[in-house]
Amino acid sequence: MKALVAVKRVVDANVKVRVKPDNSGVDLTNVKMSINPFCEIAVEEAVRLKEKGTVSEIVVVSVGSKDAQEQIRSAMALGADRGILVETADEVGALEVAKILKGVVDAEKPELILLGKQAIDDDSNQVGQMLGALLGAGQGTFASEVKVDGGKVQVTREVDGGLQTVELVLPAIITTDLRLNEPRYAALPNIMKARKKPLDTKSPADYGVATGTKLKTIKVEAPAERKAGVQVKSVDELVEKLKNEAKVI
Amino acid sequence: MSILVIADHNNQTLNGATLNVVAAAQKIGGDITVLVAGSGAQAVADAAAKVAGVSKVLLADNAAYANQLAENVAGLVADIAKGGYKYVLAASTTTGKNILPRVAALLDVSMISDIIAVESANTFKRPIYAGNAIATVQSDEAIIVGTIRGTAFDAVAAEGGSAAVEAVAEAKDAGISTFVSEEIVKLDRPELTAARIVVSGGRGVGSGENYHKVLDPLADKLGAAQGASRAAVDAGFVPNDFQVGQTGKIVAPDLYMAIGISGAIQHLAGMKDSKVIVAINKDEEAPINSVADYWLVGDLNTVVPELVSKL
Repeated sequence: MKALVAVKRVVDANVKVRVKPDNSGVDLTNVKMSINPFCEIAVEEAVRLKEKGTVSEIVVVSVGSKDAQEQIRSAMALGADRGILVETADEVGALEVAKILKGVVDAEKPELILLGKQAIDDDSNQVGQMLGALLGAGQGTFASEVKVDGGKVQVTREVDGGLQTVELVLPAIITTDLRLNEPRYAALPNIMKARKKPLDTKSPADYGVATGTKLKTIKVEAPAERKAGVQVKSVDELVEKLKNEAKVI
Repeated sequence: MSILVIADHNNQTLNGATLNVVAAAQKIGGDITVLVAGSGAQAVADAAAKVAGVSKVLLADNAAYANQLAENVAGLVADIAKGGYKYVLAASTTTGKNILPRVAALLDVSMISDIIAVESANTFKRPIYAGNAIATVQSDEAIIVGTIRGTAFDAVAAEGGSAAVEAVAEAKDAGISTFVSEEIVKLDRPELTAARIVVSGGRGVGSGENYHKVLDPLADKLGAAQGASRAAVDAGFVPNDFQVGQTGKIVAPDLYMAIGISGAIQHLAGMKDSKVIVAINKDEEAPINSVADYWLVGDLNTVVPELVSKL
């Protein structure tokens, strides 16, 4: 079966971002960009399913600027077979991304669609679920285990309180949680090979979707700074402070 | 303006997070209806009817909603929302996050995740970049769909309301998903996201055995909930629903005790709105100290038992 994996180019998880002085957004000039960690886990899962013989072809798709090619190439270096970049310089909201992905799914007809559970930049946690609604497909969100069996997939989900297992009819959508797998590192020969793998460029208009979003970001601010704390030297001092100064115990 | 709040529950009890959502709904202002979709969930509907500020409770009691499968519940919610609601809100729990974006797409509207403040009827604040920036977002959609970060709103009273409960006959089984099983971690401690005090352990506690040996007595003494950093969860010390952080649970207790936790960005995103933060760590340079109100450098294996004995 064919698997489609959506990846997003985001600021690297280790970067401490700064809000622009004019409050228009976060400053991303000269900041290291990477594949979103949850998307990387989705790619890894698809590659593992291919290694097991369940998946025959992995198509990786990204929506965004021309630079997102780098992230598609990274996914190919991990084992994806080909890529699709839906290129746009405009802002694209979660709903619009889901609509574009629906267009890609309609064209590619994958049986498994893998996404990260959330992007670490906007922290929305929406696209997989929205795509599920648009396709009328089942969704296994926050997956920590995926088992494909015939025309169905069993997904163990991380929920508040523990784990829940659901069974979905294929084609289905899976969004990955951190504990699903440990992504591999791309070996240099695979990085070289990834450069030769096919990468198609499309535009949102090819799927009949307009970019933009009906959510207007009015401003972006830095969160309130916490007051600097104090180092206490002993347990007695800590207990005293908690009781008399902070009054929390 | 009418507001539809999706109740978070387990068919027996109403999750406290719903009280925080009602509080956010009151800030928006309007008639508040709570939808309870479940199976054998009359008790939840009765509890929801008593919540202060709720004017109506809709109970959709059907086997199709027993396990809150998004495929089934989202269709129901979208149909009800189309009947004249301006807002659809739910808690930022795993259930709310699973269902609500699906509802938004069915309604063909954008959605706002994890609202932490209501600025006006269509303008909200939400954290982005692991809480390192706060975005003010305005929605121009006909129906505003959003999840509410519970810790950002004071819960309304669970008693005092007297809403009428109305049954919803409609049942939708999309037939594309089935519940197989669940594995719920049984705890006799307060629920993590609602606790007044949270005691959390990180990689520094060393092992699962040591986590319980050192942290259990402290949590018992304080009547605290227990949490963990991602490192402690990934190392298998405790189950993953203990995880506090950007990708785990967001907490904002009165007192958060970070023990053996270095304080990675991803962890700070889940706890830095706590009122008082205490860090106990053997590393003087640990990033957690920069957000802590009080920090003590020392070996947690001796400091924590000493603390327990002096409380």
